[in-house]
Amino acid sequence: MSETTGRTTGTPLVKRGLAEMLKGGVIMDVVNPEQARIAEDAGATSVMALERVPSDIRRDGGVSRMSDPEMIQGIQAAVSIPVMAKARIGHFAEAQILQALGVDYIDESEVLTPADEAHHIDKWAFTVPFVCGATNLGEALRRISEGACMIRSKGEAGTGNVVEAVRHLRSIMGDIRKIGQADNAELFDWAKQLQAPLPLVQEIAETGELPVPMFCAGGIATPADASLVMQLGAQAVFVGSGIFKSDEPEKMAAAIVEAATHYRDPEILVKVSTGLGDAMKGLEIASLETKLAERGW
Amino acid sequence: MVTPTVGVLALQGAFAAHAAILESLGVATVEVRTADQLAPVEGLVIPGGESTTMSMLLERSGMLEPLRQRLADGLPAFGTCAGLILLAAEIRDGRDDQHALGMIDLTVARNGYGRQIDSFESDLDVAGLDTPFHAVFIRAPRVERAGDEVEVLASVDGDPVLCRQGAVLVAGFHPELSDDDRIHKLWLADAGL
Repeated sequence: MSETTGRTTGTPLVKRGLAEMLKGGVIMDVVNPEQARIAEDAGATSVMALERVPSDIRRDGGVSRMSDPEMIQGIQAAVSIPVMAKARIGHFAEAQILQALGVDYIDESEVLTPADEAHHIDKWAFTVPFVCGATNLGEALRRISEGACMIRSKGEAGTGNVVEAVRHLRSIMGDIRKIGQADNAELFDWAKQLQAPLPLVQEIAETGELPVPMFCAGGIATPADASLVMQLGAQAVFVGSGIFKSDEPEKMAAAIVEAATHYRDPEILVKVSTGLGDAMKGLEIASLETKLAERGW
Repeated sequence: MVTPTVGVLALQGAFAAHAAILESLGVATVEVRTADQLAPVEGLVIPGGESTTMSMLLERSGMLEPLRQRLADGLPAFGTCAGLILLAAEIRDGRDDQHALGMIDLTVARNGYGRQIDSFESDLDVAGLDTPFHAVFIRAPRVERAGDEVEVLASVDGDPVLCRQGAVLVAGFHPELSDDDRIHKLWLADAGL
C-alpha cells in the first residue's frame, strides 16, 4: 500500500476517458433543472444544458449562443451525472467561461450560431474535454487534430429525422473500413483527400477505428432510431428535441436508454417501443431553410 | 479443459476496453446484458460508466436479483469506478433508488474527487506489483471507509483506491484504459480463472 507521487489533470487519456465511460448510453438535451432530473431518472448518462432545444432554435431563428451560466449551475446542482454545455464554433471565450463553470464536457456545436468562419477552438488549450460534430471522416479528423476527445456525427438537429445521421455515420464508418484495406502508399492519398493529418489516417489504418469515441447526434427520435445508429457503429447517442418534444418525455427517455443498451435485441426493443405515445413531429430535410450540419468545416 | 468464460457487464460504459484486455490474456469473454447471459459466467467485470444508469438498467433488465444471488454464491467480481460503487456496501451522494450490492465493505462517495476538470492520472504503488501502475481517475469515487475485512492494495493521499475482499476486487480508477494488464491478471489469479 502506498501514496501517490503526483497528479496530472487534463491529459488526452483523462479527457477521452470520460467519453469511454459514456459509451452505450444516452446524453439528453435539457433546458432546465426539472428536465435534467427527468433525464437522470430515466437513466441518462449525461445531460446537455442548453437554452433551447434545436427544434425551437430552428423555429425561433436569431443568434443562438452559450447558455446563461445561472441556468447551467441550476442543472449542475440538480443532477449527479456529468453536465455538458455548448459553445459556439470558434468562440473560445464562451468555452473558457464553461470551463470555469466546471462543466464536464464542452460541445463546440453547429446548433449554435458560429462565431468564427475559419477557425474552430484550439481545444488542446483546455483542461475540460470537447466533443465536436462531423459529417464525414475528414471533418472528424480535423476536429481531433484540434484536440476534440469525442466525435459525434452531426445528423440534422431539431428535425426528428434520422436520415442525415445515417448518412454521416455511413460516410465516416465506410471510410474507416476502406482505410483499413488501404496499403501504405494509399494512406498518403487518403490524408490528402480527407484534408486530414497523415498520422491520424495511419492510426485508423492500424486500429480500424477512430482515435476517439464516436457517438451519434441529430434527428434521433425513437428507440428504433437509437438501435439503428448503434448498429451502424455509433457507440452512444445524443438525443435533443426527440425527448422533450415527444408526447411522454419520461417514457420516451427511459425507452431510448434501454434501446441503447439492448440495441441488438429486437425482442427487448419491441417491449421498450410499445406504448410511448407520439414521437416528436419530424421535418423533411428538403423543407429546411437552414441546414445546421453545414456549419463548421 | 474448458476455458472459463468471464462476463463483462455491458449495460453501459467501458465494457469493450475490459473485454479487449481479458481477451488479450487468453480469457474468453461475453457481454452481459440479461439474466440469461449472466447465468453461465464464471467471473464478472463491472466496468466504469455511470453507476446510476447501470443500477437502473440492472433493475429494468431483471438482472438485479440474479446478480445478487450469483455474487452471494461466490461469483468472483472485478469492479472499476462505477463497478466499485455498485459492489460497495454503502454509497454516499448517490440517488435514493441506487442499489449497493454490498459485496465489499466500503463506504464510497460518488464523484468524490470533483468534476471532470479534476480527473487525473497518477502513478500508484500497488501491493504485489514491482513497479508503479499508471492509473487514470475519471470523476472517480472516493472510498471514505474500508471495513476490517477489506485489504487495501493501493491508496491516493491516504484514501484507498484498490481494494480486495475475497474474490471481489475493486478499483476507483480505470485499469482498462492504462495499456497495462497487471491489475486484470491480479484479479484473474485471485479468482482462480
